[in-house]
Amino acid sequence: MLSKIRKKYGRYWQLYVFLILPVIYFAIFQYWPMFGLQIAFKKFTITKGIWGSPWVGLKYFRKFFTAYQFRNVLTNTLTLSFYSLLASFPFPILFALILNTVEHQRSKKLVQTITYMPHFISVVVLVGIMMQIFHPMIGLYGHVMKNLTGTMPGDLFAKPEAFPHLYVWSGVWQNFGYNSIIYIAALTSVPAELHEAAQVDGASRFQRVVHVDFPALLPTVTIMLILRMGHIMSIGFEKTYLMQNSLNLSRSEIISTFVYKIGLGSGASNDYSYSTAIGMFNSVVNLLLITSVNWISRRVSENSLW
Amino acid sequence: MTNTGLSRKNRVRRSADDRIFYAVSYVILGFLTLIVLYPLIYILSCSFSSANAVSTGKVVLWPVEPSVLGYQTVFENRNVWVGYRNTVLYTVLGTFINVSMTLICAYPLARKKLPHKGFFTFLISFTMLFNGGMIPTYLVMRDLKLLNSLWAMVLPGAIGVSQMIVARTFIINTLPEELLEATQIDGCNDFQFFFRFVLPLSKAVIAVIAMQYAIVHWNSYFNAFIYLSDSKKYPLQIFLREILVMSNIDTSDIADPETAIAMQGLADLLKYSLIVVATAPILCVYPFIQKYFVKGIMMGSLKG
Repeated sequence: MLSKIRKKYGRYWQLYVFLILPVIYFAIFQYWPMFGLQIAFKKFTITKGIWGSPWVGLKYFRKFFTAYQFRNVLTNTLTLSFYSLLASFPFPILFALILNTVEHQRSKKLVQTITYMPHFISVVVLVGIMMQIFHPMIGLYGHVMKNLTGTMPGDLFAKPEAFPHLYVWSGVWQNFGYNSIIYIAALTSVPAELHEAAQVDGASRFQRVVHVDFPALLPTVTIMLILRMGHIMSIGFEKTYLMQNSLNLSRSEIISTFVYKIGLGSGASNDYSYSTAIGMFNSVVNLLLITSVNWISRRVSENSLW
Repeated sequence: MTNTGLSRKNRVRRSADDRIFYAVSYVILGFLTLIVLYPLIYILSCSFSSANAVSTGKVVLWPVEPSVLGYQTVFENRNVWVGYRNTVLYTVLGTFINVSMTLICAYPLARKKLPHKGFFTFLISFTMLFNGGMIPTYLVMRDLKLLNSLWAMVLPGAIGVSQMIVARTFIINTLPEELLEATQIDGCNDFQFFFRFVLPLSKAVIAVIAMQYAIVHWNSYFNAFIYLSDSKKYPLQIFLREILVMSNIDTSDIADPETAIAMQGLADLLKYSLIVVATAPILCVYPFIQKYFVKGIMMGSLKG
């Protein structure tokens, strides 16, 4: 028995030594918080701790579903996600298709370097740039509108209906270049013979884009779409919170910012249990989404994440 | 020959079609490039203009009434220096921890015959799909007494799952089992193999993941925002948020403001300069390291 174990593991004990620290890391920083999720079903107080607090069942989930903010928060989260997906998904693909037709290598390189650049700007600075440029008094937007209409425009950050557009299109501006890298890479692996054959048949460059390049991109497009669909509910906290103010709150309050406000952002009235319940609702929906999208995609096509 | 005549005729007709196509695509590309570039140039030009020119909207493309007053104000601001120092510290230490942890995690998982490899891989990949969320993670940090400490900035997220997978795939592809077996015959154990062969041969992937981690540390504000309360420990991004987004400018740090209006103008100028100061290090280095990011994405897209 013992010799069997030795035979199986003896040669590999050093590999397990390598894994000790990583496993500790995942246990502490990833799995321990998952055990903490039980406070979503408990009335958590600091003095009693996670294990000592009394169970309350689904109370906090019910509280969220019946809260007056519920509909608004959920609608905002979904609108922002779907709008983001619709606007930001096609751009990198089209950009890659067009860029791929450029034969002058140095201009191609230059365009790539410039368009990838905004990706490396931090969210804080991005929102700072937007606030400066769209400032109604001193910003570029303010000056242009004043010259066109003669009056100072309203503050875009104070208009709830402008929030989704600002959020989504600044995202497109920041990431369309960088997100095209994966498609550009896929396009460079299109065999030259396909293009030559199409040319012999008299296809124009545009026809080759439509009938040679685009079909070659489809597998990559599918995978990227699965990934994006799976994350439809996990729209980021950071940028939304930075762009948020009391005036645009009716359109900018999303689940993650709501979780923060209930749990950490309201001082003495922080409600850990309620906040955890809302966050957990979001995570569970996400998990269900990505597994089902993956399952469907594996059924329909050969593309899947696992 | 009629054949060549035909194809030449075809080529002429094609090139007429194509000329329009190329013209249109160059116009689109040029337009997109300008859309990306113009706001950046505008910010840069504003930062080098006078406060008056900025607030009256005289800046269109190039600096107007050139001055470096904005930069003087930025560098006289104590918080900017504190933030810079902390950010550099968190980035260097954090990236070192990230890369070390990622490699010691990736190497065993790259070994074909490791018993229970599937279990470990699942344990790690699952964290990509599900996590405890904001409050439970916060409570763990509190129980560990990590709140408001340097470790809160460098330990969470020590191993990025996607980076780990990239490193693992790279090790599988560049270090064949035969090399390991050959060295084992010579009496080399796994530790020696890791330091003598895996590390030196993985330089390319180490560069790629180190760049990715470093950018994340440099740009992140979420962990600092949630876990830090002592402003002496704040990274640059937190101060940037206060100044750029919340417009909290510590007026005691602004050099002798003559009037309230001048101060307001200066405050706006300061924001432009601050954006440049905070972003310049990355955007200046980035063209030289661009290839690592491109490589990283391509490595990540390979199915491992």
